[in-house]
Amino acid sequence: MNKNIILCGVGGQGTVLASKLIAASAMEKGMKVMSAETIGMAQRGGNVFSNIRISDEDEMYAPMIGTGQADIILGFEPGETVRMLPFLKKDGYVITNLRAVKPTTATLLGSTYGGSEMIGYLKSVIPEDHLLIVDGTKAIAELGNPRCLNVVLLGAAVRTGALGLTEADILEAMPKVIKPKFLELNTSAFKYAG
Amino acid sequence: MHKEFLMGNAAIALGAIAAGLNLTSGYPGTPSTEVLETVAKHRPDQTYVEWSVNEKAALEVAAGAAYAGARTMVTMKQVGLNVASDPLMSLEYIGVKGGMVIMVADDPGPISSQTEQDTRHFAAFSKLPCFDPTSVQEAYDMIQDAFEISEKFGTPVFFRPTTRICHAYASIDVKDESEYKTNAPEGFIKDSRRWVIFPRLSNANHRKIEARNVELSDVFSEYERNELLFEKDAGANATGVSHAAEQSANELPAETTGTAENAGASGFSPVVEATGNTASICPKRGIAAGGIGYALMREVLKGKDAPRTLKIATPHPFPEKLAVRFLEGLDEVLCIEELDPVIERELTYIAGKYHLPVRILGKLTHDTENAGENSIDLVEGYIRKFLEWDKKDRANDSVSQAVPSQDGTQSTIKKGAADSQNGASDKSDDTSAPNRFPAPPALPIRPPVLCAGCPHRASFYAVKRAMQGKKTIFCGDIGCYTLGNAMPLDMCDTCLCMGAGINIAQGVKHIEPDTSAFAFVGDSTFFASAITGIVNAVYNQSEMTVVILDNSTTAMTGHQPHPGTGRTMMGDVVAKINIEKVLRGIGLKFVETVDPLDLTKAIKTVKHAVAEPGVKAIIFKSPCVAIVKPNAPLTIDQAKCIKCKRCIREIGCPGIVITDGNVQIDDSLCTGCTLCSQICPTGAIGGGLNE
Repeated sequence: MNKNIILCGVGGQGTVLASKLIAASAMEKGMKVMSAETIGMAQRGGNVFSNIRISDEDEMYAPMIGTGQADIILGFEPGETVRMLPFLKKDGYVITNLRAVKPTTATLLGSTYGGSEMIGYLKSVIPEDHLLIVDGTKAIAELGNPRCLNVVLLGAAVRTGALGLTEADILEAMPKVIKPKFLELNTSAFKYAG
Repeated sequence: MHKEFLMGNAAIALGAIAAGLNLTSGYPGTPSTEVLETVAKHRPDQTYVEWSVNEKAALEVAAGAAYAGARTMVTMKQVGLNVASDPLMSLEYIGVKGGMVIMVADDPGPISSQTEQDTRHFAAFSKLPCFDPTSVQEAYDMIQDAFEISEKFGTPVFFRPTTRICHAYASIDVKDESEYKTNAPEGFIKDSRRWVIFPRLSNANHRKIEARNVELSDVFSEYERNELLFEKDAGANATGVSHAAEQSANELPAETTGTAENAGASGFSPVVEATGNTASICPKRGIAAGGIGYALMREVLKGKDAPRTLKIATPHPFPEKLAVRFLEGLDEVLCIEELDPVIERELTYIAGKYHLPVRILGKLTHDTENAGENSIDLVEGYIRKFLEWDKKDRANDSVSQAVPSQDGTQSTIKKGAADSQNGASDKSDDTSAPNRFPAPPALPIRPPVLCAGCPHRASFYAVKRAMQGKKTIFCGDIGCYTLGNAMPLDMCDTCLCMGAGINIAQGVKHIEPDTSAFAFVGDSTFFASAITGIVNAVYNQSEMTVVILDNSTTAMTGHQPHPGTGRTMMGDVVAKINIEKVLRGIGLKFVETVDPLDLTKAIKTVKHAVAEPGVKAIIFKSPCVAIVKPNAPLTIDQAKCIKCKRCIREIGCPGIVITDGNVQIDDSLCTGCTLCSQICPTGAIGGGLNE
């Protein structure tokens, strides 16, 4: 098995925890894991991404994913999901948060970016059974903590089956990555299904 | 051995610890910072760790410890090496006793740097060995080799990863603690003939260094991480040192000369190769690669019929004999590397030296991009053209119509480059997997901005307001506050390198005496390299205002302590070095410390400072929002808000948004700094610090 996963969003949305959970679960199954992510100036409100590659084959060399090679795109922000779309494989899955993050420049320039046009575009180019739109705002309101958006989205991604990892795989890895006092919150966030 | 999922920088740190590291010093800089931080976190008792005041200090501290027999590592980013180049170029002649690794992270792109400089040049310039890992696993293994080579040859060595090694993660094999080496330093043995640099010593050691590097080139030709792969067509030369490498360039072996003549004016020798039933003219091709470029190349060649390949793990001294073995019998070589064409130049030189009739292609021949990062798509495009995969695919589709190509004697990749020069289209048509989606709606542009509540925003805004309508120059510097250049603040007229703003401002002022010169500098940068500039200004009777943006941390690189914070990497709480006292000690008469979030007072202080003669300083002191607990977020009373959007137009805080036509505060971002409430003409913004 060989899976390429792209996580994307806006600096500060917490893509790192989700990638660590995927990595820990895959390693538990004896798979090789590689990842690459944005660090540095771009984190200050810029667009950020993580590439995660998991494989049970020997031949995996680079942490980066090429055009048309991602099995799944996990977007924390609709515009960022669309930005990464060229990387999606044919038959790849897209999981995206509904809520847009407006850049400061958009407000300054009076841009109309609101995210709905991105959701419309995704619906027009991705088959219905390969596109999952998660109302993250509703989820974090119900769960009572804005920091667990990443794990909500990860749960949705795992349930598509496209990751090649099961819910049990991730739940088993959680205690290795998440501090005990946040374990319960993240477990319910992971299981959250709207 | 066990498996761990590690960031490249953590792997480098743990590898160094496994090699018996006694001391590490450095200065933060993306993408190098996590190396030293990881050492500090996993530090064995006998290991000393420090963030030095700058890279020059760091390199000297590490050198001193290595004089005393310690295994040391100094860490920095590529531009930091410019600061450390003075001790580096002399240390080359003196050498070390304990193993010393100079860990310099390069940043192709650049992603978070001022320059795309290539540390492999610095290695050649300083005549020091250089290790260049191709993966996280190799970084872990190779840093241990680097210590061995350093100690064996008594010389510091470079270890040069790039961003995609430093910041990649991988599940790798690491040693258990029981497998770690320990190094007990012998101590410094007095010997002025060894440790004191004098012209005579430099001359004698220069000769030794040149001889040593010839020896190292041979050692590296046999080094397992410099590799010849996919040698199926290399014939008798596949193992052992070739004829050509054994002979000097002047005594050229007859058979090589013959080939060279055959090559004729084109510099290219067609080789007749039997492919199935059809004999066609097909040049023998090879690929040479280093760093992450090698990993990308292997990824692209996976499952394909791969050509002979050279992996370069030590770009200096270049493994010449291995390179000759690689080049012999080849007609064309494609070089895949980032930053400068180091491998390409070496191979071109070696081909000339040994009269090998082979064309070396890469950046110099415009066959690969000469700036920016490599990606899977780019490397796939290069290799696809070079190996004529498209042509072969077409041939496989219609075998019966196979016709020898008209341009069989031309380099195919060259043709591709010519196409794109003719304006065929951009580089995306080089890739095998073009974007299959229709054009999306306009994507939001997200330039990095100062965080919501960042005190730098308030400092810049206060100076801007105080100097409105006056002739000014605002010299910026390196740090988060470079982002003060963004609209609507637009408060950074120049930015060059660490500490430069202070002196640039003086230069401008000498030529334009009627301008008010300002230099903005952060607290960490102040200690790293601004103090000498301020001394220069005072001594030379300049007139300028130095604005110290003191947020009590090194924010941009991830909140490292510095001399003003009172904390060290050994976990000690120490006396803080007081910036105000330093400035008064230099001789500044006007030094005021003020909270930038008190806008009225901040503006008044700036106006006061500008009216004073000579060199003045304002210390805007307020902690980075990422290291303190935020205040309650502000709220906007919609009944009072007249939607003038002054708060948005004037300060550009990401925490203020327009939703459904109303100006609102995003309470997930707002830190309650109150700057916006201080400029609201109707007093519609409340809460935060006000309550």
